[in-house]
Amino acid sequence: MKKVLLLAVFALASAVTYAGGYRVSLQGNKSLAMGHTGVAVINSSESVFFNPAALVYLEDKFSISVGVHGVFSNIAYQDAETGANARTDSPVGTPLYLYASYQANDWLAFGLGVYTPYGSSVEYEEDWAGSHLVNNIDLQAIYIQPTVSFKINDKLSVGGGPIYVTGSVNFNRNLNRTLTDLEGNRANVTVDASGVSNWGWVASAMVNLTEDLHIGATYRSEIILDAEDGDADFENVPNSPLTPFADTTFNASLPLPAEMTVGMSYDFCENWTFAFDFNRTFWDVYESLDLDFANPEIPDSKNARNYKNSSIYRFGMQYEATKMFTLRAGYYFDESPVREGYFAPETPRNDSNNFTAGLTVNLGEHLQIDASFLYSHFKEVDASYNYYFENGVAVPFKGTYKTNAFVPGLGLTYKL
Amino acid sequence: MKNILKYTFAVLAVGFVSCEPEFDSPVTDDGFYSSGSADFSKYVSVGNSLTAGYADGALYITGQNNSYPNIMAQQFSFVGGGDFTQPLMNDNLGGLLLGGSQIAENRFVLAVGPNGNPGPVRLDGMPTTDVSNKLSGSFNNMGVPGAKSFHLVAPGYGNVAGVPTGAANPYFARFASSESATVIGDAAAQNATFFTLWIGNNDILSYATSGGAGVDQTGNLDPTSYGSNDITDPNVFAAVYSQQVDALTANGAKGVLVNIPEVTSIPYFTTVPTNAIPLDAATAAQLNAQFAAYNNQILPGLVGIGLISAEEAALRMINFSASLNNFPIMTDDDLTDITTVLQGPPFNLPAQLAALLGQLRQVNANDLIVLPASSVLGSTPDPNNPQGVIGVSIPLTDQYVLAASEQARVTAASTAYNATIQALAGAKNLAFVDAKAALSRVANGGIVYDGGLLTSQFVTGGAFSLDGVHPTPRGYAYTANLIIQAINDTYDATIPKVHIGNYGTVTVTNN
Repeated sequence: MKKVLLLAVFALASAVTYAGGYRVSLQGNKSLAMGHTGVAVINSSESVFFNPAALVYLEDKFSISVGVHGVFSNIAYQDAETGANARTDSPVGTPLYLYASYQANDWLAFGLGVYTPYGSSVEYEEDWAGSHLVNNIDLQAIYIQPTVSFKINDKLSVGGGPIYVTGSVNFNRNLNRTLTDLEGNRANVTVDASGVSNWGWVASAMVNLTEDLHIGATYRSEIILDAEDGDADFENVPNSPLTPFADTTFNASLPLPAEMTVGMSYDFCENWTFAFDFNRTFWDVYESLDLDFANPEIPDSKNARNYKNSSIYRFGMQYEATKMFTLRAGYYFDESPVREGYFAPETPRNDSNNFTAGLTVNLGEHLQIDASFLYSHFKEVDASYNYYFENGVAVPFKGTYKTNAFVPGLGLTYKL
Repeated sequence: MKNILKYTFAVLAVGFVSCEPEFDSPVTDDGFYSSGSADFSKYVSVGNSLTAGYADGALYITGQNNSYPNIMAQQFSFVGGGDFTQPLMNDNLGGLLLGGSQIAENRFVLAVGPNGNPGPVRLDGMPTTDVSNKLSGSFNNMGVPGAKSFHLVAPGYGNVAGVPTGAANPYFARFASSESATVIGDAAAQNATFFTLWIGNNDILSYATSGGAGVDQTGNLDPTSYGSNDITDPNVFAAVYSQQVDALTANGAKGVLVNIPEVTSIPYFTTVPTNAIPLDAATAAQLNAQFAAYNNQILPGLVGIGLISAEEAALRMINFSASLNNFPIMTDDDLTDITTVLQGPPFNLPAQLAALLGQLRQVNANDLIVLPASSVLGSTPDPNNPQGVIGVSIPLTDQYVLAASEQARVTAASTAYNATIQALAGAKNLAFVDAKAALSRVANGGIVYDGGLLTSQFVTGGAFSLDGVHPTPRGYAYTANLIIQAINDTYDATIPKVHIGNYGTVTVTNN
């Protein structure tokens, strides 16, 4: 069963950028419905991701949650100076998750998580105005995380585990603004690397101040995906020693930044829970996206990013309406890690307001259906990317961007 | 539960239908840009090779796609502009066939030669555009490569039967509405709401590119008697130009008139330096010794008998020095031909030497050497005679040099044409584009754009294609912006311009 699910994750996991940078916060339908809070919430095996230390307080002996989100994200671009305009036609992303927890005894629990916290899938019209920066990108990273959780006493628990990441990237852009072959087809390059893997870790703690008030903290380490000997495929390049672009391999590094979350939850009335999470993502590791081509004739591609650390403020509410229904709602404010002048169209992110809602339907003792919905709202923004160079001259790519995302999600939880 | 599910799905449904992000004011909305007092629903462009999108010595599809009228038509689409069709060539080679035989060469591309240096070469391949295959329908782009002002009103200019004799134009033959059609008649028949007219360049250009090999026909009002390299009489130009403007504005259409640039600022005339002959001291002394009699005896003698003026004698003096910067010698048909005089007494020179000296002078800084001379200068046409070097011991023929006297004729004619164009624009309330001033800015310092500097430097400057005469796509985009600016100014419109850095320059490829 696990194997089948894992395969399904590998086959389908394709996330879409709609959070700051290429972080995709869709790690559980219950949590997402309440603003993607959860670091101090004890209610399901989603804690494998949000706070492994909480697993040991789960009431159930065994619990497994699986789910999927459908990500409908859109980017519109226009440049009033020239009238150039474009809209993305990105594929619908379907990030998946699977969490399992097992209560070994009163003080020890085990867990396993498979999830996709980083990804990006953006597809512009070919040869659009910014095609020298990106035509399309598909970035995936699947995290596999075995977890252990210890109860130190009724007030305090700790948890954590190693993380194995396997990722892939496929990225196409035109070589510059004008190079074509004889027939006028724009010269472009596709870089592709898959099966890129590395290890990281997660550690967390949970403090139960009272029966109703919990505080949690989770730290997930930075993981650098080093793509080695990926394929670089050059197309429509003129046959000339002046344009020495031939298929070759490339090396590149993509950081999956560390993330720290602290938060609290409070059961403030009977059946009501309030949760607040604060995320800090350490994006400053993402300084530049550099493609180092093996062929020395081909100039390496340097793309400054210079991200800054960013914060997310999350608020969520849960109401156990009846024995059958649990209702949730939430909001979070997501700060963009993109600095002014570094607004690249592959991740055109400004600050966003995010609204979530959802519910759980209890079908008997053991089975739950979890549903959630997220709407990400970005303000229209005039922005530019100023670090693209032609013959040593900076050529800013600017315009007005408007983006949004709609994410319905559905999950199942089975518990014993 | 039923209700909750129903509401959930209702919310989802709303989400999906309103998925697309909408700008506060989308550029694609009516009213974002304004057409002002003009109407762009039917745009027709009339002109010559520059209007057709000719570049790199040929007309080919991607060049046509980057013609300034086509670039403008894309921008007109923001202000109610309709479709814009062009008589597209059959391929990107650019050569022409007539009944299967090639009558025009393929385009130039920038190729790296065996010595590692890049230079223009003709693209290999058999062209597939046969001018006897007529295109059907009318076309918004009526640019006809090679057309002079009076050709646009000449019946039969598109008669395919006249192509072999030069009486008709192969490009117009492809899309003329009938064998007796005129370019301007076919353009006017389209009942355009807006037009651009840029014609007259070839009325001086072929004279200039041929190094002044033609005749200045100023004073001759019969264009049917002109040769292909002649300068058109300014009164002929004024008459036919006025006729064309009348035809295009007959239905009240608005439009733009574009004037004629100074041809002498294009790379065809500015790339080959006038003084690039390197000589060592021994060679210079030997040459000076050979020309000593010519300088010191023959020329003063001819002045003495009143055959040439003292000024002409000074112009004809030949002097070399031990340096990298000697001027080549040339034959100038504006000089007095002294060949027969030299064969008689008192000079008694042999016929061959007399012919050499007949109209001989040294190129000077006021002359311009044409681009094709670069492959001739310094060459030894007779491999058995290494002493016979073109420019040093064999004069450059007149076709390679546009002498100062010839430049003056070109300037006089184009100045007269431009006076006509500007006056008509004013009289008819049409937009006017000073292409002459714009090209002069490109040639003198260049134009800053979002990626560098656009200059007239051959190959590297970005403005001119590999024929040294016609613009690159980037040069055409710059032209389109100039015209759009004039339209916006004249008709109170707000048509957006393009980023010229998004348009390419010369095409590199090795055969």
